[in-house]
Amino acid sequence: MIPAHVAAQGAGVPLSWDLAQDIRQLFEFHFMVNAFRAGTVVAIAAGLLGWFMVLRSQSFAGHTLAVAGFPGAAGATLIGVNPAWGFFGFCGAGAAAIAAVPRARSGTQGGGFSEESAAIGTVQALALACGFLFITLYRGFLNGVNALLFGTFLGITDGQVWVLVGVAALIVVALALGGRLLLFASVDPDVAAARGVPVTALGVAFLLLLGFAAAGASQITGSLLVFALLVVPAATAQRMCARPAWSIGLSVGIALVVTWLGLSAAYYSSYPIGFFVTTFAFAAFAATHLATAVARGRRSRQAP
Amino acid sequence: MRPGAVAEEAWPERAAAAAPATPTVELVNAAASVGGRSIWSGVDLTVAPGEFVAVIGPNGAGKSTLVKVLLGLLPLSGGEARILGRAPGEANQEIGYLPQRRSFDPGLRVRGIDVVRLGLDGDRWGVPLPLVSRWSRRRKEEDERLAEVLGLVGATGYARRPVGHVSGGEQQRLLIAQALVRRPALMLLDEPLDSLDLPNQASVAALISGICRDRGVTVLLVAHDVNPILSYLDRVVYIAGGGAVAGTPHEVIRSDILSRLYGTPIEVLTTSDGRLVIVGQPEAPAHHSDRHTHA
Repeated sequence: MIPAHVAAQGAGVPLSWDLAQDIRQLFEFHFMVNAFRAGTVVAIAAGLLGWFMVLRSQSFAGHTLAVAGFPGAAGATLIGVNPAWGFFGFCGAGAAAIAAVPRARSGTQGGGFSEESAAIGTVQALALACGFLFITLYRGFLNGVNALLFGTFLGITDGQVWVLVGVAALIVVALALGGRLLLFASVDPDVAAARGVPVTALGVAFLLLLGFAAAGASQITGSLLVFALLVVPAATAQRMCARPAWSIGLSVGIALVVTWLGLSAAYYSSYPIGFFVTTFAFAAFAATHLATAVARGRRSRQAP
Repeated sequence: MRPGAVAEEAWPERAAAAAPATPTVELVNAAASVGGRSIWSGVDLTVAPGEFVAVIGPNGAGKSTLVKVLLGLLPLSGGEARILGRAPGEANQEIGYLPQRRSFDPGLRVRGIDVVRLGLDGDRWGVPLPLVSRWSRRRKEEDERLAEVLGLVGATGYARRPVGHVSGGEQQRLLIAQALVRRPALMLLDEPLDSLDLPNQASVAALISGICRDRGVTVLLVAHDVNPILSYLDRVVYIAGGGAVAGTPHEVIRSDILSRLYGTPIEVLTTSDGRLVIVGQPEAPAHHSDRHTHA
């Protein structure tokens, strides 16, 4: 078993100059193989759902769902059940709570925006407060708190991997069936409703799936850094490309690369994984932002 | 998939084939209420296939309510409605709908052509397989259909740019293309000229009228201001004061009728080339920008 003091941090294995040797070493331990398995399925799910979340401007809702995982996991630990149940249970409940708030629509008259975000913010504050309460009740849990908030890749069990695979499979199948309807309902809700697309039901189902994806991602990046996998790859992909199919593919690709790099970096350093995943994701986002800004500047200079 | 998604026959024939005797829209003594409040009642309206009809009236008079009734999104509180010979909501596959609003968020990173394509297949379950679909016959037909409507509205040049990045007039043309892509028998356009500048209002009005004439599509257009479309109209429906008056522009657009509907003095002038111009309507353009800043 891994000592508790490294639980929230990297493994700190020394790096050699032989790349092949380093990669072999990366997969030497079963916990690392599991970390890669879990990271891969989480990245796929987060890249897919994150893309729709960014498209629908529901990033705040997504973040709140991720934060809801924190009291879930803390509460589960407190009563002595598997934290995964806490993550999924609370994220699902958070999704239901947010779905009950009427959705603000940009473009139409009467801004319901402030009301929606205020309600979501309330859910988020309550979630954090509950998490803190559960931790206080549990006592002596401090290292675990870091792992819950900022992620860990150590000690992921085979069972956890299978749960994550199941959730990711559910998300992939759901999007393969209803992805186009969801795109229509997100881009053009009024026309979609007139054409018989169940806009409201799709919105609720989406939030539930988003809750599950956030719960899955929290187990790798922690509750506070879920954005690294949910938002940043999707936002980067949408900036790169406006073609939905390609953009979704890019989003998943970036999430995968960022996760793999983050896992490897955390393995060979003594710093936590959440930091690396977030930093690599941010670097990709910043590079894309810069590249598009430069390209736009060049285009406008060429134009007469 | 629905059988009507890709129709083989040419467009005008299809419009003519839709039982020429049946009116496209028929309201008999219709009444609508929202949240227990009566919006309008006793409305009789018959729109024949191929007509260009404008629905005009002050804010809150129930113009958009009429559109929602025709789409079956709001049940009538009294009277009867038939759309293309069917109950409201049952013929929506043959209706091209352009809701009131609506500009896309500048950050929306989806291309114009994707928005138009959603009008064609957005209500279909499943997603196209990336490589297989590219060579399928249906995909080819759909691509041709998209190219056709984009050409028709003159949006080919900017259809591949992110929809949030094109101008309001260009977005409106893309949305008209989206409403047209299924070759509808009826188009319901809710304030398509709102928030456009004057030259764009004129060109979009001319475009809609051209589609109506050349393709035989019935158009029911909701507008604040009748002036940009007045010369194209077959019929005008004025909604105000809980009721509606319908007739040809010369029957309805008269100083006495409009003054009574709006409850304020309105003058209708005839220009030297026989066109009508309405003066003193309580919906001056300044009012628009006002409303948007408050929204």
